[in-house]
Amino acid sequence: MANADCIIIQGSNMAEAHPVGFQWVTEAKARGAKVIHVDPRFSRTSAVADKHVPIRAGSDIVLLGALINYVIEHEKWFNDYVVAYTNAASIINEDFRDTEDLDGLFSGFDPETGGYDMSSWSYEPDRAAHSGNPGDPGNDGDAAAEQDGAEESVEAAGDQYGMGGPELDVSKPRRDETLQHPRSVFQILKRHYSRYTPEMVRDVCGISIEDFELLARTVTENSGRERTTCFAYAVGWTQHTVGAQYIRTATILQLLLGNMGRPGGGIMALRGHASIQGSTDIPTLFNLLPGYLPMPTVEKEDLATYLDGIASKKQKGYWANADAYTISLLKAWWGDAATEENDWGYGYLPRLTGPHGTYQTVEGMMAGEVEGYFILGQNPAVGSANGRMQRMGMANLKWLVVRDFQLIESATWWKDGPEIETGELRTEDIETEVFFFPAANHVEKAGTFTQTQRLVQWRHQAVQPPGDAQSELQFFYEVGRRIRARLAGSTDPQDRALLDLTWDYPVDEHGEPDGDAVLQEINGRHLTGPDAGKHLSTFNEMKADGSTEGGCWIYTGVYADGINHAADRETGVADGPAGKEWGWAWPANRRILYNRASADPEGKPWSERKKLVWWDEDEGRWVGNDVPDFPVTLAPGTIPDPEAGGPAALAGDDAFIMQADGKGWLFAPKGMVDGPLPTHYEAQESPVPNVMYAQQHNPTRVTVPRSDNYSKPSAGMPGADVYPFLFTTYRLTEHHTAGGMSRWLPYLSELQPEMFCEVSPELAAERGLEPYDWATIVSPRAAIEAKVLVTERMRPLRIGGADAQTVHQIGLPYHWGVGGDAVVSGDSANDLIGVTLDPNVLIQGSKVGACDIIPGRRPRGTDLLDFVAGYQRRAGLTVDSGNEGVTGTGEDAGPEADPMAPPEMTSARPHPPADGPVVPHDPPGPLGRKPRPRDSQQPSQQPSRQPPATEPRTGRED
Amino acid sequence: MVQLTQGPDAAVEGNPTADAHYEHPHPRKGFFTDTSICIGCKACEVACKEWNRNPVDSDYTLSNSSFDNSEGLGADTWRHVAFVEQDRQRVEEARESGRALVSLGMPTLRAPGGGTGGADAGAIRPSARTGARSGPLDGPIDAGLVGGLQAGPDMGGLDVLSSLGSAVDSSAVDITPPDTPEFRWLMSSDVCKHCTNAGCLDVCPTGALFRTEHGTVVVQDDVCNGCGTCVAGCPFGVIERRKDGIAQPKTDRSPAPGVHAEKPSKADKAEKADKAEKPKKNKNSGVAQKCTLCYDRMTDGQTPACAQACPTTSIRYGEREDMVVSAQERVAQLHAQGRTEARLYGANPKDGVGGTGSVFLLLDEPEVYGLPPDPRVPTRDLPRMYARAGIAMAGMVAAAGLAFLGGGRR
Repeated sequence: MANADCIIIQGSNMAEAHPVGFQWVTEAKARGAKVIHVDPRFSRTSAVADKHVPIRAGSDIVLLGALINYVIEHEKWFNDYVVAYTNAASIINEDFRDTEDLDGLFSGFDPETGGYDMSSWSYEPDRAAHSGNPGDPGNDGDAAAEQDGAEESVEAAGDQYGMGGPELDVSKPRRDETLQHPRSVFQILKRHYSRYTPEMVRDVCGISIEDFELLARTVTENSGRERTTCFAYAVGWTQHTVGAQYIRTATILQLLLGNMGRPGGGIMALRGHASIQGSTDIPTLFNLLPGYLPMPTVEKEDLATYLDGIASKKQKGYWANADAYTISLLKAWWGDAATEENDWGYGYLPRLTGPHGTYQTVEGMMAGEVEGYFILGQNPAVGSANGRMQRMGMANLKWLVVRDFQLIESATWWKDGPEIETGELRTEDIETEVFFFPAANHVEKAGTFTQTQRLVQWRHQAVQPPGDAQSELQFFYEVGRRIRARLAGSTDPQDRALLDLTWDYPVDEHGEPDGDAVLQEINGRHLTGPDAGKHLSTFNEMKADGSTEGGCWIYTGVYADGINHAADRETGVADGPAGKEWGWAWPANRRILYNRASADPEGKPWSERKKLVWWDEDEGRWVGNDVPDFPVTLAPGTIPDPEAGGPAALAGDDAFIMQADGKGWLFAPKGMVDGPLPTHYEAQESPVPNVMYAQQHNPTRVTVPRSDNYSKPSAGMPGADVYPFLFTTYRLTEHHTAGGMSRWLPYLSELQPEMFCEVSPELAAERGLEPYDWATIVSPRAAIEAKVLVTERMRPLRIGGADAQTVHQIGLPYHWGVGGDAVVSGDSANDLIGVTLDPNVLIQGSKVGACDIIPGRRPRGTDLLDFVAGYQRRAGLTVDSGNEGVTGTGEDAGPEADPMAPPEMTSARPHPPADGPVVPHDPPGPLGRKPRPRDSQQPSQQPSRQPPATEPRTGRED
Repeated sequence: MVQLTQGPDAAVEGNPTADAHYEHPHPRKGFFTDTSICIGCKACEVACKEWNRNPVDSDYTLSNSSFDNSEGLGADTWRHVAFVEQDRQRVEEARESGRALVSLGMPTLRAPGGGTGGADAGAIRPSARTGARSGPLDGPIDAGLVGGLQAGPDMGGLDVLSSLGSAVDSSAVDITPPDTPEFRWLMSSDVCKHCTNAGCLDVCPTGALFRTEHGTVVVQDDVCNGCGTCVAGCPFGVIERRKDGIAQPKTDRSPAPGVHAEKPSKADKAEKADKAEKPKKNKNSGVAQKCTLCYDRMTDGQTPACAQACPTTSIRYGEREDMVVSAQERVAQLHAQGRTEARLYGANPKDGVGGTGSVFLLLDEPEVYGLPPDPRVPTRDLPRMYARAGIAMAGMVAAAGLAFLGGGRR
């Protein structure tokens, strides 16, 4: 970021939530970069930006789409880059219909399933070229960003559409490099965004035309050969029902401007806390194995079927070697017990039967399907959307293990949670047995953090943990050791998976396993041959014959030559701007991904000022200031053997080497379940109707129609005005997510002691709110109280053009929770939020909620339930409120509603449970659209080309 | 590095260690707090409290002042971040007043105490570096942030003396202001000024306050008797007597969950007994307390905790002369960008406290941040007061004499 000439921070409050990373923005500014902050609130980030542009929460695709339109209209795209490195010139098949044609839907929509068949979005094959690539598995790499950003369940959601069929997956599409063909991606893109105008931005986002022009001018003037613009986002973009498409929109813009793979460019996904990136690389996610290999499903009977679902040997790029990565992983886990005869232990892996994300699990708890729950490093009673559902779910468990520094609310809800106060729960009736294990903090244990740039950094132990506090490593090592001791001698085949594990890490005198040994296992070793015992240097050394082991292929090299490179600490300037000797970045210590794109198709840097890697004709290899993200001797202009697969199939200008066609995707022919091009839909609880299309909401979003999860009626429907205001949630510098690491610390608590809401002077006057007095905020789910900060930093926006309405936005930090153990406590903003999910990644939309606000403190005890129910009655809420599917005319969607859609998919529409008032224990209801069995073809899993940004396991704490 | 020549008496005024007669004088150390890049994260406040083990200073309620809940400097809070919300009109006024400071050709030649300029030293002179407006630096990120901001070797040509003494010809600099924002939110980390002429030190009757070899002013906890004279002696309201309290987390990290610090388990007690450094109740209670500029860290060649923790280098620490040069550079840079609201505070050796060890770059009048526009050390007036008292006494004596003389013969 320090190399950027312009930084757009949008969907992120970077200075407050990432103050340390913000040093690079400060550095860029000191070098003359322009910084613009687009955000509903004027925050501390805005205060140090050159310009703050207020925006209505949930309208970012209109703004970004208008920037795309501006770039095309004003001919500002970086043509050489776009033609060479993106799929702009590719031709889409003639069955495709755009949202412009179908009033908000793409072709392929099935109203029965609420989902798309993607076959009409695919490329038109180049009949002239060699077409012998039938097995091309559609490495839908574009989804990369979202897919591992995808975290919460690419498979569960995305995967169900991943079948497409071979004919969809055309890696050699017809191209028109003049970009004039009406079905070229470029022309489709141009048409799709043609109505995303500055006037539309004014009417939908509430941004003045002057502000838009300034933004557009600043971005385009700072892009091109000589200059680069960088975007930074966080959960302000991801936590929406179209969250993944927010990032896609920025991707399209950055590709058009030639800002990917170059110094100072890119789209920075700011992760929520230490090593969230690491916890997706070596995942805590239900749907992934280490290195973004998919978690097998029940249908994947054997290893061969599983591998077929990942990648074919024929496809371009490094996924073709997934067999070596997988078998090395199995060897690392099961050692000598993993043999060719037993499919390398593939049968030991658990299999998925459906999506098992956070919210599905809570649903399972309430339905009595989940007995026990481990909570590590999160505080769902405070940090997850619809906190009441979380707590009621936990009240229905048999046992609960909480590992944390302090007795967080998730460990104490049974004695002093909000439901105890309202009488919905009585401590003596709760059968959940709660175990608390004190956890060691980051200075009390050694290990690694992987941060947002994929940089793995070793962390040394400073002191021993106090008392019984343990590291996660020790905790799980002990759990495993004890379970194995219990099972010792078992002949049950089911127990082999545990008993055969390599569970032999050296421990120190305190019982702490050696984290360094674990990192070595992750890096991998040669098991046989002349190098037996030596560490692997790159994942290219991994073999599918059992002669290598490695716990996470993308991390291979971190321990190359037997040296812990995560602990490298050279800060010198000698190695150029990348700082390659500080820590180690996966893959292969590359600091900027796709950096082949920093040079032109001939291999020369686009400009001296922005050079990074280039082709050295004399040496016959790629050289530069970063590790080239390209086969190092693959010359520019190389035409691959059409029969080749894997890395050998890459052409000399296929800069986006993980994509099936080697190109950056402006248009996603596959992989995004809600459309190949980002399209503006209003949020679940948007205060306004969608003026862009008749389709109000994302038609494919996952709804959770339950009486404890009501939504506001859609804008314009009866009862919608009962909750007239928009609230959005965010973090403060002084606190950390749900407060477990800050509300127990006096020094931090005194800096932000009380829950508050931020309102504009206009809203305060309208509702009679007094500064620093109390207010009650009520949503369709709950009511909370907060102190009132009246500030001009919140600005009412005029939305809707001719008959514009004023939209008031209320800001709510979400750090506080109800409990008796913390230094400071307060009502939790997350209790207000409903659970409605993005279909790609199953992240909840928590940045736009509907509420009313009135002066004074909230009612206490059962009066609070009556108060919330009173609002619900006035609004006439039912489980169907706001949960409409198709609202436009697009039901007759397209020429080919897929007749081949599997019948399982027809249960997509929410199944409404019985309506009723809020009661302590809801009847178990289905969680949204039922999980569908996985299809035979996986969307291929790829390492993140942009760091993931949403986080399923930590729910909304990311 | 460049030598700041401050005039014939600079040796005395700019280098207060001379008064203290150290055998091996060290360069005077100080802070430069650049509020234009402060992000209000309060890491300085927390780092300060952590390092110095200062008590909590709060009843855990909002203090009704934007995001500022520590309200001001005091015995327990030695770094304090102010948050000021302003509308467009105020920004324009600030820009105008900052520009006026430059156009007036001051600051250092103005008489001390002359209006708002008394405490500032906005010496402006665009150097080669700052003249290259918004020209992004190419090449590697060298030496991190500080390198990017700090005065580089090319500072050699900067004639600080002449720039101090003469106004910058504002026509030579592009000061087309950027769009005036409709709104701004100022953040500024305040700290003890470590004055050249320190009022607290001057009036301390016990010698508990002393001038260190680095030119800073520090309280010796074990000498101070809590008389409180220094509290009135500080023109900035920095020093205070500590009431009570220590830094004690409500839930101490103990082996048994839920066992609070007040009632530790046996294991916990045993463990605690082993700890040599048990937190003492009411540490330094009743004793005057203020920022030491981390004297203990400084003695070991370390950076003070606040500057170490600052993520954006808004707080910088070093030799005071370098800090002043950097500050002047930065003001010149901002003015060159049209941000004429920028001005210095505490860099003027002729002000009422002889300049401060902690210099600040402010974006508005000092009062806006809660700083006195014209701080004066109380003892500065002592000679004049004594002189006047002497004249008065002489007058009295004369009058009495006259009375005797005049009426003697009656």
